[in-house]
Amino acid sequence: MQLLLQLKQITKVFNEGTLDEKVALKHVELSLQPGDFVTIIGSNGAGKSTLMNIISGRLAPDTGEVVIDGKDVTTMSEHDRARYIGRVFQDPMAGTAPNMTIEENLAIAYNRTVKRTLRFGVTKKRREFFKETLATLQLGLENRLHAKVGLLSGGERQALSLLMATFTKPHVLLLDEHTAALDPARAKLITDLTKQIVETNRLTTLMVTHNMEQAVQLGNRLIMMDGGQIIFEASGDEKKKLTVSSLLQEFQRIRGSQFASDRAVLV
Amino acid sequence: MITALFSSVEAGLLYALMALGVYISFRVLDFPDLTVDGSFVTGAAVASVLIVGGVNPFIASLAALGAGFFAGCATGLLHTKGKINPLLSGILMMIALYSINLRIMDKPNVPLLQQETVMTIITKAFQRFDQALATIFPFVPKTWAIIVFGMFLVAVVKVIIDLFLKTEVGLALRAVGDNKKMIASFSGNTDRLTMIGLGLSNALVAFSGALISQYSGFSDIGMGIGMIVIGLASVIIGEALFGAKTIMRATLAVIFGAIVYRIVITLALRVQFLETGDVKLITAMIVILALVVPQMVAARAEKQRKARKRGAAVASTQADYESV
Ligand SMILES: Nc1ncnc2c1ncn2[C@@H]1O[C@H](COP(=O)(O)OP(=O)(O)OP(=O)(O)O)[C@@H](O)[C@H]1O
Ligand SMILES: [Mg+2]
Repeated sequence: MQLLLQLKQITKVFNEGTLDEKVALKHVELSLQPGDFVTIIGSNGAGKSTLMNIISGRLAPDTGEVVIDGKDVTTMSEHDRARYIGRVFQDPMAGTAPNMTIEENLAIAYNRTVKRTLRFGVTKKRREFFKETLATLQLGLENRLHAKVGLLSGGERQALSLLMATFTKPHVLLLDEHTAALDPARAKLITDLTKQIVETNRLTTLMVTHNMEQAVQLGNRLIMMDGGQIIFEASGDEKKKLTVSSLLQEFQRIRGSQFASDRAVLV
Repeated sequence: MITALFSSVEAGLLYALMALGVYISFRVLDFPDLTVDGSFVTGAAVASVLIVGGVNPFIASLAALGAGFFAGCATGLLHTKGKINPLLSGILMMIALYSINLRIMDKPNVPLLQQETVMTIITKAFQRFDQALATIFPFVPKTWAIIVFGMFLVAVVKVIIDLFLKTEVGLALRAVGDNKKMIASFSGNTDRLTMIGLGLSNALVAFSGALISQYSGFSDIGMGIGMIVIGLASVIIGEALFGAKTIMRATLAVIFGAIVYRIVITLALRVQFLETGDVKLITAMIVILALVVPQMVAARAEKQRKARKRGAAVASTQADYESV
């Protein structure tokens, strides 16, 4: 089967050659099969967001290639690449246009894969479609098509963002801590919705999270990052057996040994 | 007096096109575009030179519209590809256009009084109608032509803008002004959309300049000075008086704002101690007032609301004591 997403030897250094030089990613390799649902964990500054930004085209890698569905997209612009990629950001404000209505936001999302024309964005037929899709969220948003999105609560906005990123069936779905800014009840709602949407549409997904519990429960693969590298990976049965405490132990074991090897180099 | 008010409505309608252009850049794109001072004159210059050269005035006015579109795109290019901030991009373009406009006109002033213009053509076409009206309203001015034409033109442009902003491209354009990161994640080319938006905005501004020059019978290299502030004044007055809940409402408000602005200026100049040269100062004051007053009103309302709440809280605790 063809790989859906391939990252080959991705390296990214910020402020290269200055005092602020920061190696954010070091020779990262990653391949996703169609339908893979990967959760990504790692400490602050591990390079998780940088990795997501390089896949989405917001940042260009210094070296390495990004291949989506067999196509090398490394130099493709962010907006062109968006035809393959759905994204939900950490900030609930980031994924929607606050001064536009729910249906207008959905119309914008609808055109992610279809070239924009001078036809109306919201037609009768589309409105029906939007209503049906919104109903799957079970938040009653289907009755508020004309409401400005800025009036929605953070949780509602994030649910809408998730829907907007997914109802057009992206090749790859990127979720960067998309439940982190929500209170526990709303975070759970969005997590459940994510699980439901990803499973019904069999979306190939990368999800960054700080919630170990979430990382263990969701998806069929798990990646741990540290210092710009993937330091631990589990999939299939191995992933199923993971628990939060075993994951923490793993993390300490690897970090510890790395620390030791760094010392060895110094000596 | 009535004659003066009548002509301020005429001019207001023609300036409303410019104000709609400013609405697109400032409000829809959220881009404070100062190109306007230059592109207004570019429109006037292109139209006048073509008219003097014997081109049909309607075609000359459309050519002005096209010239404005390019000027706006150039500002967009400076900002998106040149990574120059919005204000500076507009100022640079405005300065550059000053020289370009002078080149187009070849002299600081092009008179049109002897020429056939859009205004003379429609006035002629309206003659019969005017004569009929004159018997009914003997006190009104010589012609209704410009007001009727202006209303028709502005209505058409308004409807086109309203419809356009509901198309797929139009929605994307609005999203650029609302949330750039979001529209980029939905395949919107923000650079191109910004250029298109500024192009459309300045096309309207230049078109307005072309019509104003034909209305006043000349184009002048200095006729655009402060135009952006007039545009802003119209937008802000309109929004303050008529609201901006929906796009349709907002564009209507901008048109009324442009007319109200003209009327206010006309009335202000009737005041004894004010002179023609004071117009720009008055304009600035209007904009400042329109910006500051709503804030003060809101702050005051907030204060009163809080005071009332405190009052209610005190009252309820008192009630508690009394009930004990
Ligand atoms: N634009 C930038 N310029 C300079 N340094 C940056 C930039 N973006 C990220 N970095 C640095 O690169 C490193 C990786 O950052 P990144 O945002 O990818 O971390 P992360 O794993 O997402 O962390 P968090 O869990 O805090 O979100 C950090 O040290 C960060 O300071
Ligand atoms: Mg991050």
